[in-house]
Amino acid sequence: MPALAGLWCVAALFAVGILGLVFGRSRAATTLVYGASLAITLAALALALAFLIGDGRPSSLTLPLGLPWIGAHFRVDALAAFFLIVVNLGGAIASLYALGYGQHESSPLRVLPYYPVFLGAMNLVVLADDAFVFLLSWEFMSLVSWGMVVAHHRIPANVRAGYIYLVMASFGTLCLLLAFGVLAGIAGEYSFAAMRSMPLTQSLALIAGTLTLIGAGSKAGIVPLHVWLPLAHPAAPSHVSALLSGVMTKVGVYGFIRIVFDLIGEPTPYAGLIVAGIGGVTAVLGVLYALMQHDIKRLLAYHTVENIGIIFIGLGLALAFRANSIGWAAALALTAALFHVFNHSVFKSLLFFGAGSVLVATGERDMERLGGLIHRMPHTAFAFLIGCMAISALPPLNGFVSEWLTFQAILVSPQLPQWGLKLVIPAVGALLALSAALAAACFVKAFGVMFLGRPRTDAAQAAVEVDDWQRAAMLVLVALCVLAGVLPGLVVDALAPVAHMLVGDAMPQQTFLPWLSIVPIAKSRSSYNGLLILLFLAGSATLTAMTIHRFATRATRRSAIWDCGFPLASPSAQYTSSSFAMPIRRVFGASVFRVREIVDMPPPGAMRAGHFQVRVFDPAWFALYGPLARAVRRAANFLNRLQFLTIRSYLTLVFCALILLLLVVAAWR
Amino acid sequence: MALILELAGQALQMAIVVAIAPLLLGISRKVKARLLMRIGPPLLQPYVDIWKLMHKEMVLAYNASWIYRITPYVVFAVTWVAAALVPTYCTNLLFSWSADLIVIVALMGTARFSLALAGMDVGTAFGGIGSSREMLIASLAEPAMILIVFTIALVAGTTQLSTIAELFTHAPVGLRVSLGLAMLALIGVAVAENARIPIDNPATHLELTMVHEAMVLEYSGRHLAMIEAAAALKLVLYFSLIACLFFPFGIATIDRSPAALTVGLAAYLFKMLILAVLLPIGETSIAKMRVFRYPIFLGSAFAAAALAVFLLFVSRGF
Repeated sequence: MPALAGLWCVAALFAVGILGLVFGRSRAATTLVYGASLAITLAALALALAFLIGDGRPSSLTLPLGLPWIGAHFRVDALAAFFLIVVNLGGAIASLYALGYGQHESSPLRVLPYYPVFLGAMNLVVLADDAFVFLLSWEFMSLVSWGMVVAHHRIPANVRAGYIYLVMASFGTLCLLLAFGVLAGIAGEYSFAAMRSMPLTQSLALIAGTLTLIGAGSKAGIVPLHVWLPLAHPAAPSHVSALLSGVMTKVGVYGFIRIVFDLIGEPTPYAGLIVAGIGGVTAVLGVLYALMQHDIKRLLAYHTVENIGIIFIGLGLALAFRANSIGWAAALALTAALFHVFNHSVFKSLLFFGAGSVLVATGERDMERLGGLIHRMPHTAFAFLIGCMAISALPPLNGFVSEWLTFQAILVSPQLPQWGLKLVIPAVGALLALSAALAAACFVKAFGVMFLGRPRTDAAQAAVEVDDWQRAAMLVLVALCVLAGVLPGLVVDALAPVAHMLVGDAMPQQTFLPWLSIVPIAKSRSSYNGLLILLFLAGSATLTAMTIHRFATRATRRSAIWDCGFPLASPSAQYTSSSFAMPIRRVFGASVFRVREIVDMPPPGAMRAGHFQVRVFDPAWFALYGPLARAVRRAANFLNRLQFLTIRSYLTLVFCALILLLLVVAAWR
Repeated sequence: MALILELAGQALQMAIVVAIAPLLLGISRKVKARLLMRIGPPLLQPYVDIWKLMHKEMVLAYNASWIYRITPYVVFAVTWVAAALVPTYCTNLLFSWSADLIVIVALMGTARFSLALAGMDVGTAFGGIGSSREMLIASLAEPAMILIVFTIALVAGTTQLSTIAELFTHAPVGLRVSLGLAMLALIGVAVAENARIPIDNPATHLELTMVHEAMVLEYSGRHLAMIEAAAALKLVLYFSLIACLFFPFGIATIDRSPAALTVGLAAYLFKMLILAVLLPIGETSIAKMRVFRYPIFLGSAFAAAALAVFLLFVSRGF
């Protein structure tokens, strides 16, 4: 019974959380909590993997908990099993990392009790099979993670981040609550099985879908609901940031897929258009904001927004194809999206771990105060480099495979009969290409400024390599990035049951193709072989190096840098993060951001230093949330008057309300 | 036996692209010099340059990391693999199916990523300026390139280069507006990617105008030789791409007889020669652009490709 086993894992995680609360002050508690979390999530991971690869018959379970006339329903099917893998893989490796990283925590009691409970809550969301359990665990997951976001609550920015997170999370849950209200219908059936079987009218499906997009999308981070991510994710300790960014956003994606693909049923084709369009815009805006950041953890959080956009492009395409009954193309698009879910959880965790290790080694998150770390932290640098290459979608790593599959799905779009889709989807493809290219620029900047060049501060100069636990966690993820990149067929085949369940079709089986290449549609159409490309690259690089070493001279002289003859000794003469992003800021910034560059150049002869300051504003704030907050305040001020009326006016109001309600009831009948 | 022949065919392509790369560069330089009323270097000068650089002592900064040291090999290897996967004299070589057009575009991204990191490695201002601008150009060129891929894929129904070349040689595709626009766009992208005028000038070392040269400013000796060779190879890659997509005539397809292969080889070399002559003619008739004009140039390439895609959606006949 995988559902029961999953629940036992959740219970065990909750128990570890209580242990953390009790023993949080003792020195061994860190090792105990993270070690236990590692063991439990590994067990859950093994169970989920066995389920997905094995026979995969859905297993369900009803417990007499929760609302007395409903009970609590739990179920494991292919979709849930895949997301259990993502959650528990992320959780296991974050626990491994935290075995080392957690020792540096200044206030362990604010993290240790929450951490395992957070993992358990994410598992519970995926296991839930009725609206009540789903919403309860969804809200629980938000609250527990909020606890870790404000773990370092003496920093004012973190408290503000926590507040915004709380507001956005409640708003999202509210939308989901309403979506479930629509799905439950007049009869008020809260179990997913009943919702699945109930047919919806077109307009109700549209309302429920929109509410889900807002509710689950705010957790996942689609533009313009992304504003809490770059504030909240960096505020938490780094292993929790990795979970928030790499895993919890995926639970948001899970919520979207579960409700829209599984519960709502038949979509209209234009639903796919909306989702894919939002995905494209999210991808480009996310990466553009990321490029403007110089706090590494905030940069990574903005990058999550980009990747969520890529995932939603795939999901939108899958919806559009499914609505037109082009099953094989829907399976391709869905597989691409799910593959990217997996990939993103792997490399985003890796990058956050790298950022955390840098934070441990130097105490700095600001990239402009780092530099040259590749010499002092070689293993971290290597791992971070692989993460950067994977997220930039460079072959032969894993990020490329999912983007390639997404492109293949986009190229099928001429088969769609709707004109709107035909015209928009190529534009989405161009947005996807733009975001991939900008992501490469962004990670050249991140890696180049942090790890290459000369150290910009004493802290960067004095960095030392981190402990074995942290390095082990990063190297496991590096291995996963490479393996999923060169053997993508295995992942695609593992995703087949999920695609089958959601769109009724799956991609052709890949594992036994010659040379282990992947062929999404037909061999004459497109194929890719990561393994062969990797071998080719290795072979030709070796051949080149051997040729050079055979024929060229080996004479090498070490010297100071040349720099066209005018090297400046000060490391501040190097390119910084903001100078690297300057051309892109110039080109895209005028239209997308409200960039303010303040140049303070003293007149000749003045003795004070010059200043240059760049301030970049996220347009979501001034275009959407600012006016919204002002409107709420105005409305509240206006309604404030109602508090100071005479008893006569109150009685009149009550009477009017009564009449109005009676009229409504009369009209309804 | 058949497998050995197939392997030989693939190896021949790998050898050809490397062998002719410096020659094409030499031809381009010679033609350009003649157009400027100079005599110009001998045709074989690029070979001599690479050989000379290989035998020069290499100067390495104290703080150069392993990234700086492996980048020349990585860039060369990646470009070489990409160039080996574009059909040149014959389609459907042994490994041609291991990558389609999108993969080849992405492989060039890998090379660029590595080179841009190397530019930032020793911590000089010039390296940073080069890397930053290179990534700007890439972020403008890549969407245009993907729309070109879309255009081709809409006409041919595939992104596999060999299949495209076979289709365009045999099937009556005809003269199409969309393909013409896509070719214009690809030429624009190729000019930008190969650091040619009007985007960049391979002959300049004026600090404020250089992009590619700024990134590799610190390189010397055998590393520089590799980088120069890789740059020449990249030019061949884009020439081959243009030839394979828009002028595939002569290429050996189903008929693999020695005669057909010879014709394919001759046709390929002829096409490369033509392109190597056309490039400097284009370069001398236009002025170098300011950095913040690049978006206009690459935006036109993007617009041409986008127009091609939309025309195809209006009617498959375009």
